[in-house]
Amino acid sequence: MVAIRAAGPPADVWEETRVSETDRAEEPDNSWREEYWKRNLRLMAILLVIWFTVSFVFGILLVEQLNQIVIAGFPLGFWFAQQGSIYTFVVLILVYAKRMDRLDVEYGVDERDQNGERP
Amino acid sequence: MSDIQLWTLVFIFLSFTVYIGIAWRSRVKETAGFYVAGQGIPTVANGAAVAADWMSAASFISMAGLIAFLGYDGAIYLMGWTGGYVLLALLLAPYLRKWGKFTVPEFVGDRYSELVRTIAAGAAILISFTYVVGQMRGGGIVFSRFLNLPVAGGVGVAAAIIFTYAVLGGMKGITWTQVAQYTVLITAYLIPAAAISQTFTDFPIPQITFGQVLDELNALSIEFGLNSYTQPFTERPQLDIFLVTLALMLGTAGLPHVIIRFYTTKSVRGARYSAFWALLFIALLYTTAPAVGAFAKFNILEGLGGTAVEELPEWVGNWEATGLVTIDPEAETIGSISNNPAAGADITVDNDILVLANPEIAGLPAPVVGLVAAGGMAAAMSTAAGLLLVISSSASHDFYFRRIKKGHATEREKLLVGRLAMAGAVVIAVAGGINPPAFVAQVVAFAFGLAASSFFPIIVLGIFWKRCNAKGAAAGMVSGLTFTAVYMIWSLYVSPGSTVFGISPEGIGAIGALVNFAVAISVSKATPAPPAQLMEFIEEMRYPATSRRITPPSDDKAPETELGGA
Repeated sequence: MVAIRAAGPPADVWEETRVSETDRAEEPDNSWREEYWKRNLRLMAILLVIWFTVSFVFGILLVEQLNQIVIAGFPLGFWFAQQGSIYTFVVLILVYAKRMDRLDVEYGVDERDQNGERP
Repeated sequence: MSDIQLWTLVFIFLSFTVYIGIAWRSRVKETAGFYVAGQGIPTVANGAAVAADWMSAASFISMAGLIAFLGYDGAIYLMGWTGGYVLLALLLAPYLRKWGKFTVPEFVGDRYSELVRTIAAGAAILISFTYVVGQMRGGGIVFSRFLNLPVAGGVGVAAAIIFTYAVLGGMKGITWTQVAQYTVLITAYLIPAAAISQTFTDFPIPQITFGQVLDELNALSIEFGLNSYTQPFTERPQLDIFLVTLALMLGTAGLPHVIIRFYTTKSVRGARYSAFWALLFIALLYTTAPAVGAFAKFNILEGLGGTAVEELPEWVGNWEATGLVTIDPEAETIGSISNNPAAGADITVDNDILVLANPEIAGLPAPVVGLVAAGGMAAAMSTAAGLLLVISSSASHDFYFRRIKKGHATEREKLLVGRLAMAGAVVIAVAGGINPPAFVAQVVAFAFGLAASSFFPIIVLGIFWKRCNAKGAAAGMVSGLTFTAVYMIWSLYVSPGSTVFGISPEGIGAIGALVNFAVAISVSKATPAPPAQLMEFIEEMRYPATSRRITPPSDDKAPETELGGA
């Protein structure tokens, strides 16, 4: 907090903002919080559905049906269980991190160090 | 001394010099650095450290062999031990990093109550301990196999080395050492795998090529009295495969020595990317393992099947000396192969030797065998060190500092208690490693069930459901744990072999987690909500920055405001 403030606006601008914020303090506008959180939850839900589908659905529940399809020697269900689900997991986390980067910036809650860079 | 022993000594000596050198250079003096490396570890390095911390002797030495004999059903380990990272990255890591405390008990202590903290600290120590015993044993076996020491001596050497660098360097030392260990273990795993893939298919990427041997492998397996390799549900019923996979995932996400790693990143954003790098590094090994398993099994079946006993290849004799390969004295030619001594096959091959013996089986030169031994050591050491750190931080920070001294202790005192706790843990772990309780394998499954049914639900609820209170969390944790433990004890000891709906003791943790969720939610609803101030803390945990920018970030002069604008 202190570090961010040091890199931020000159003291007078800061105070000005501070005052205007205090004025609104009786009815703080917190609707952005709800919006940010909802969008985070929606992203999570989509990614977790994919997580469940590649591992539990393709790799376990439908494995016998998918094994009828063979690609490069791999029965497809077997491939999902021993290879495909793991690749998907890696991609899911990367997508989550990238999307959250954007979401954080959009709502102004991304972290900045003294130099204004994202740590 | 044989070539293999010489090269093993060379590689283990070189790699250990590097580890200890790193620990010495990064030795620490303050508690914060000891436990969370002062939160200054770069993201990629932290990811590699998580990977080394996570991949133990079990992943490195045992997993490919297990898969070779389980076939499709080996997927429980592959999916279970990687899928948990998705949960960790999406549901836990960023928020726990924002909360900003040292340990898992610390988080639940702040979020719920001191009682919940104490239960959690006890569970963290128990879970870490069951693991560490297995690692000491693994390290000891590698030393004794390749250096001709008795197992007890091997365990002693392994323990002394781990203790030295864990005590010296604390978390920071361990983190950098683990980065080095990851490099050693992944190189040692990938080189023989690529070489074998190249020999078989003229292409060095085993993940792509092992499909080519599956058809023949299925046929060979059936010929030698085994199940078809790609056929699902031969070892466990479908429901059990589902539940074991889920339990391993939830357990992975709830394991204290993995979670603690995400406190060492520089930022919330760093915690997310750390999870990505960690899983990427883990996936390198985890996608190679099924290929190693398939190629090794193919090699064994094709190389040994139908061969006269006196004409068996040299590696069989080498490993027969360790007692991990046995040949039926009445057999003349090999007609059946198994990993189970009770099956009475002509030749019995222990799961655990496949990765270590693979270079020999494939006829790779002695330096590669030595490198693999060093990799196995790296895997065992790195995990043991991470676990010791959790034991020491839980004991010194959560029990001694918080409970006994009620927050009044100097830095020096805390560091000393942390190191003493570590020394105590090493001594007990050595004793456990030399005389392992007969049920070590089951205790490891128990550790996962424990983590899945205790930590995972209450941490997730603590972040995503503000209404969850201390009474709910304590009740949920205790009931989830009790349910899981009772079923395990019943199925393993009271009435061995009996199950409900075919659910194995390894899979029951998934149901235990559901019990925990259900009880925590009902009890929380029936009791008063947490105080408003706490609710606000939970609210703030959800946003990465400590303060919110009102104007777009491209403008460096943007005014800032406390979160929520209030």
